Amino acid sequence: MSAKHNTEDYLRMYRQMVRIRAFEDNANQLYLSAKMPGLTHMYSGQEAVAVGICEALTSEDKITSTHRGHGHCVAKGAEFREMFCELLGKEEGYCRGKGGSMHIADQANGNLGANAIVGGSMGIATGSALSAKYLGTSHVTVCFFGDGATAQGLWYEVMNMAALWKLPVIYACENNGYSEYTKTAEIAAGSLTARAEAFGIEAHKVDGQDVLAVNELARSLTERCRKGEGPFFIELETYRYHGHHVGDINRDYYRSKDEESEWKKVRDPITNFGKWLMEQKIMTADELVEIDKEISADAEAAVTYALDAKYPDVNEVSMHVFAETAA
Amino acid sequence: MTRQITLSKAVNEAIAEEMRRDPSVILLGEDVAEAGTPFKVLSGLVEEFGMDRIIDTPISEPGFMGIAVGAAMTGCRPIVDLMFGDFLYLIMDQLCNQAAKTHYMSGGKLNVPLVLRTNMGATRRSAAQHSQSLQALVAHVPGLKVAMPSSAYEAKGLMKTAIRDNNPVVIFEDKLMYNDKAEVPEEEYLIPFGKANIKREGRDVTLVATSSMVQVAEKAAEILSRENISAEVIDPRTLVPFDEETILQSVKKTSRAIVIDEGHQSFGVTAEIAARISEKAFYHLDAPVIRMGAMDVPVPFSPALEDITVPTPDGVVENARRICRGELVHAA
Ligand SMILES: Cc1ncc(C[n+]2csc(CCOP(=O)(O)OP(=O)(O)O)c2C)c(N)n1
Ligand SMILES: [Mg+2]
Repeated sequence: MSAKHNTEDYLRMYRQMVRIRAFEDNANQLYLSAKMPGLTHMYSGQEAVAVGICEALTSEDKITSTHRGHGHCVAKGAEFREMFCELLGKEEGYCRGKGGSMHIADQANGNLGANAIVGGSMGIATGSALSAKYLGTSHVTVCFFGDGATAQGLWYEVMNMAALWKLPVIYACENNGYSEYTKTAEIAAGSLTARAEAFGIEAHKVDGQDVLAVNELARSLTERCRKGEGPFFIELETYRYHGHHVGDINRDYYRSKDEESEWKKVRDPITNFGKWLMEQKIMTADELVEIDKEISADAEAAVTYALDAKYPDVNEVSMHVFAETAA
Repeated sequence: MTRQITLSKAVNEAIAEEMRRDPSVILLGEDVAEAGTPFKVLSGLVEEFGMDRIIDTPISEPGFMGIAVGAAMTGCRPIVDLMFGDFLYLIMDQLCNQAAKTHYMSGGKLNVPLVLRTNMGATRRSAAQHSQSLQALVAHVPGLKVAMPSSAYEAKGLMKTAIRDNNPVVIFEDKLMYNDKAEVPEEEYLIPFGKANIKREGRDVTLVATSSMVQVAEKAAEILSRENISAEVIDPRTLVPFDEETILQSVKKTSRAIVIDEGHQSFGVTAEIAARISEKAFYHLDAPVIRMGAMDVPVPFSPALEDITVPTPDGVVENARRICRGELVHAA
């Protein structure tokens, strides 16, 4: 255990993971009850990745996110209300309803945005790191993407430049074993870490279900990025509990129920961290239940609020196509 | 014999028939094999044709598009499945600099017989990167043919023609129409490129509409008929080649035209068609040609905003009434 950790950090990590799970359970429910427009991709199961990494960052640090982005958004400091409003296309959403689930951005907390183009944020994250270096700000950028996204050529172009220019960026690949309805092994040749290493980028592989392990690694790489030792690559082994998106319900043809229940039973990041907190006598079982209850009440209240919130005025449709430019 | 089948089934049948007929036809794309695409359009093909011909790719659009171009130049007839039309932006070089120009640049010596099947269409609550209608973008590039099926019948006939064509052809299917049924013959048929279809005859105004907008135009024509305005609805079916003649004939009869396409209105398909009508039927027109495209904004997620970005039957009716009354309408 790193000496920097204290009880408060642990509790925050636990709470943030539970918040993500609660957010997703409610989002899924909104879909199933036909109250949410469109489809959305659940982050449940991968909480330790977003939380372990984002807890190592400050609000000045930046992240870029993916189509499976609710977890990153919560972990980087977003509020339930504005997030649910965005998912429902309401005016009070983070993007005034214009973005929706796949485009949530929370600029105040350093979230440069989810992205509906797989791999679409790899350039953006690297550009944010170029800004940090050129402008002399000390922000570090974490680029989240899935195993499927490693097939995008863009990644290899930007890794080359990031390595040449020693940019403070961490490429964080959440390997959840699947790219849509296909197993990763069928779409990725060789080893992912070796790909980064080919550019001289230091690469790590970590258990993405272990929030402490993720956090420890992220803290050390973030600090080293600030000292000019970046870029870095992390492959995080993890698992998504739901289908590719909320509508992907009959999925036995590509993934067995046994496999799913095994991960949930043995490797759940929240259950396992909760157990550890109890073993360390940091929390009691009752206290953990109390936290879970409080968070699920928060989430439900935010959902109710968002369902009643108003849609943007139709005049907003042509606002924000262009930014204002001072004369 | 005809029967009602979905657009999705029509596409599936067209591809299966052509694959049976010609062993050089192969298909590449993401989750096309076992999953049969997210829209389930290709279900069953891998079972019949095997993994050598129905090829699952990684999420590497420029890569597999380029591979298709090379395979097409050397004896295969690839069908590329691009999951969303929005991903055209990822493959532009391979499609527009390579596939489109190879035949010309080689002085006619090299061919690129490939089909890029993709989709278009908003109002599915899929937000700005999964809702675009980018047909104008590819229709602008010499060397690419562009087909826009408006029903299951067209989807099948145009797909079969596309697969047999010796050029790169881009087919845009409306992703909201996959489950729409239409009458499709049991017997084999092909629909030639460059032949517009007069969906409904009329005297007072010509509605030229593509793909998803054909239904919009037909609904508008129905409403107008109750007001004694007789609208002719024409579906060009392919943008490249474009059947100018049928449309000019119609406009010469009706003296009024409204052009409807789901792409952005500015610098788009509606502008091109309206310009041709204005140039070539100018003295027959009683009113300026009206363009109706999607608003010039990225497609917003919120249903409250998204629905107003695309042309609707009511909007078409309103414009048709005005020009038929002799009021000048500036395209909104
Ligand atoms: C450029 C592009 N190609 C294809 C898609 C369709 N698509 C959305 S998510 C996805 C799979 C992504 O897999 P991965 O990167 O492993 O992320 P995960 O869904 O597992 O979180 C695909 C193919 C897309 N959105 N963008
Ligand atoms: Mg994945």
